[in-house]
Amino acid sequence: MLFLTHADYDAIRLSLKVALAATVLSLPIGFVFAYVMTFFKFRGKVLLEVFINLPLTLPPVVIGYLLLIALGKNGWFAPVLEALNLRLIFTWKAAVLASAVVGFPLLVRSIRIGMEGIDYQLIQASRTLGAGGIDTLFTIILPLSLRGIFAGSSLMLARSLGEFGATIIAAGNIPGVTQTIPLAIYDYASSPSSEAAALSLCLVAVAISVVVLLFHELLSSKLARRD
Amino acid sequence: MALRKSFGPFNLETDFTVTGDKIGIFGQSGSGKSTLVGLLAGLTRPEAGEITLDGECLFSSSRGINLPPQRRRVAIVFQQSCLFPHLSVEKNLLYGYRRTAPEYRTVDFGQLVSVLKLDGLLQRGVNNLSGGEKQRVALGRAILANPRLLLMDEPLSALDDSLKYQIIEFLMSASEQFKIPYLFISHSILEIRLMTEQVLAVSGGRIVGQSTPEELARQRMGQSQVGYINLIKADLLRKIGELKVYRWGTAELYISAGSDSPSATFELSSRDIILFKKHPEAISARNLLKCTVLDTFPSGNKVGVELQCGTERLVAEVVVQAADDLAIQAQTEIYAVVKASSFRRLG
Repeated sequence: MLFLTHADYDAIRLSLKVALAATVLSLPIGFVFAYVMTFFKFRGKVLLEVFINLPLTLPPVVIGYLLLIALGKNGWFAPVLEALNLRLIFTWKAAVLASAVVGFPLLVRSIRIGMEGIDYQLIQASRTLGAGGIDTLFTIILPLSLRGIFAGSSLMLARSLGEFGATIIAAGNIPGVTQTIPLAIYDYASSPSSEAAALSLCLVAVAISVVVLLFHELLSSKLARRD
Repeated sequence: MALRKSFGPFNLETDFTVTGDKIGIFGQSGSGKSTLVGLLAGLTRPEAGEITLDGECLFSSSRGINLPPQRRRVAIVFQQSCLFPHLSVEKNLLYGYRRTAPEYRTVDFGQLVSVLKLDGLLQRGVNNLSGGEKQRVALGRAILANPRLLLMDEPLSALDDSLKYQIIEFLMSASEQFKIPYLFISHSILEIRLMTEQVLAVSGGRIVGQSTPEELARQRMGQSQVGYINLIKADLLRKIGELKVYRWGTAELYISAGSDSPSATFELSSRDIILFKKHPEAISARNLLKCTVLDTFPSGNKVGVELQCGTERLVAEVVVQAADDLAIQAQTEIYAVVKASSFRRLG
C-alpha cells in the first residue's frame, strides 16, 4: 500500500518534468557535441573531451555550487540573466540545469558510441551520391545513431530522476516548487516517523526507473532488429 | 590527374591522362588504388596537384579549387556494398537519383531495375539480401545518381567466384545500356580483362604502366601464380557420360566442368596446356588440338606461346629450356594437349 501525500504527488510530477526537460534540452546539444567529437579532428579536442566528461568525476555538490555562483544573484552570469529578466537559482529551472549538467556526459558518450559504430564508407557513399554534409547528417548519421541517442536519453532521464546533490544546492528543497522525489525522500528520511512515506516514494522511484529502462530495452531491441 | 598525397610513410604521386570509357586500375593491395579512388571522388584531399575530369577542374592546389564530393558527379561502387541499412532497396536506389539535378537524370529507374533484375527486391530491407543482390543494388544506386564517372573499387572481391561472374555480366550489361564511363579497380587481371579496354598499373603509389588488359596479362604471366588465363567461350554440343562436348570455334573440347546451359565460358590456365612437337599417341588427356605458333614472348623466366587453334587463339606457357628444345617459333606447327578437368567454368 502506497502512502502518498499531495506534496509527494507534486514531487513525482516535478521529478518527471525536470528529467524530461533536462533530457529534451540536452539532446540537440549532446548530439552536436557527439558529432563533432566523432567526425572532426581539431586542436584542443582532448581538452573538450575532459570538459564534457568533468561532471562524471566531480561530486554533484560541486556542480551545484558552481551553478549557484555562476547563476546566482551576484553570479558570473547575473547581468545577462537580469537583462533577460530570468531567475534560475531556487526555481525548478535550476533543477533542470543541474540534471542536464550532471547527465550530459552520459548522453554524449552514448550518442558517440552509436556514431562510432557507423561504417564510415556509408557516409562517403552518401557524399558521392550527391548529399552534402548536412544532408548526410540528417539522412544517414542521425538515423543510424538512433540506438545511441535512445540509450543516451534513457540514461540521462534515469540519471536526472535520481539527481540529488547538484539539485539541492542550486534549486533548494522547496516542497511544491523544487522538491523532486530524491529530495522528498531525503526529507522523510530525516524524520523518524515518516518511514512509510519514504518507502512509498522509494517504490514510486523504482517503478519509474523500471519503466524507463524497460522502454529503453524495448526500443534498443527494435532498432537492433532493424540494423 | 597530377597529384601528391602522403599517409605516413606511404607516398602517392601520380601524373597521368587517360581517355576512354572502360578503364582499369590494376595493382596489388597497398599499391594506392583505393587512395586514387578517394582522391578522384573528393573523399581525400591531395596535398598538391590537379585533377581534371571531362575538361572540368575538380581540384587544383595552385588555383585553390576543391569541388566537394557531392558536386563532382563521381559515384563509387565499394568493395562492401555499403548500402544504407535503415533504407529499403528502393530507397537506397533512389538516394542518389533524388539528389541529381533534373537535367542530368538520364537513367530510367524502371529500365535499371529490369536490367539489374531487382524487381522483386524493391520493398525489401537490405540486411537480408545475398552478397550478389547487395552488389547489384549498390551498382544500381550508383548508376541512378547519373554520374559522369563511375568508380568501381574492387566491387567483386567480397564475392565468391560463382557470384563474381554473374555480377560481371550485370556490370557489363548495365555499362552497355546506360553508357556511363567507368574506372574499374582490381587486383585481379582476369576481372580487368573482362571489364576494361585499357589499364593503368599502380605500384608503390605510382602509375608504372599503361597498356591494354591483354598486354598486361601477358607481361605478368610469369609472375602470376596461375599463369595466363585463357577465356574460352564455347557452345554445348552433347554429353558423353560425365564429360560434355563443346564447340569452340572449329574445334571440339571435352570438358568435365560443364553445365547444362547451351553456352558457357571457361578458364584455362596457360600452365595447363602441354605442347608437343609431334602428334602424341595414347594419351589420357581428352583434348588434342593441332595449332600454329603465332608468336612467342618472354614473361619472367618463362616463355609465352600464342597459338592459333582453328579460328581461336590460346596462350600456353613453357619454361625457356622447353622452348629451346622444341624450337618453338612463329609459324611452326604444334600440338596442344589439355585435360578435360583443366577447364574451370566461370559463373
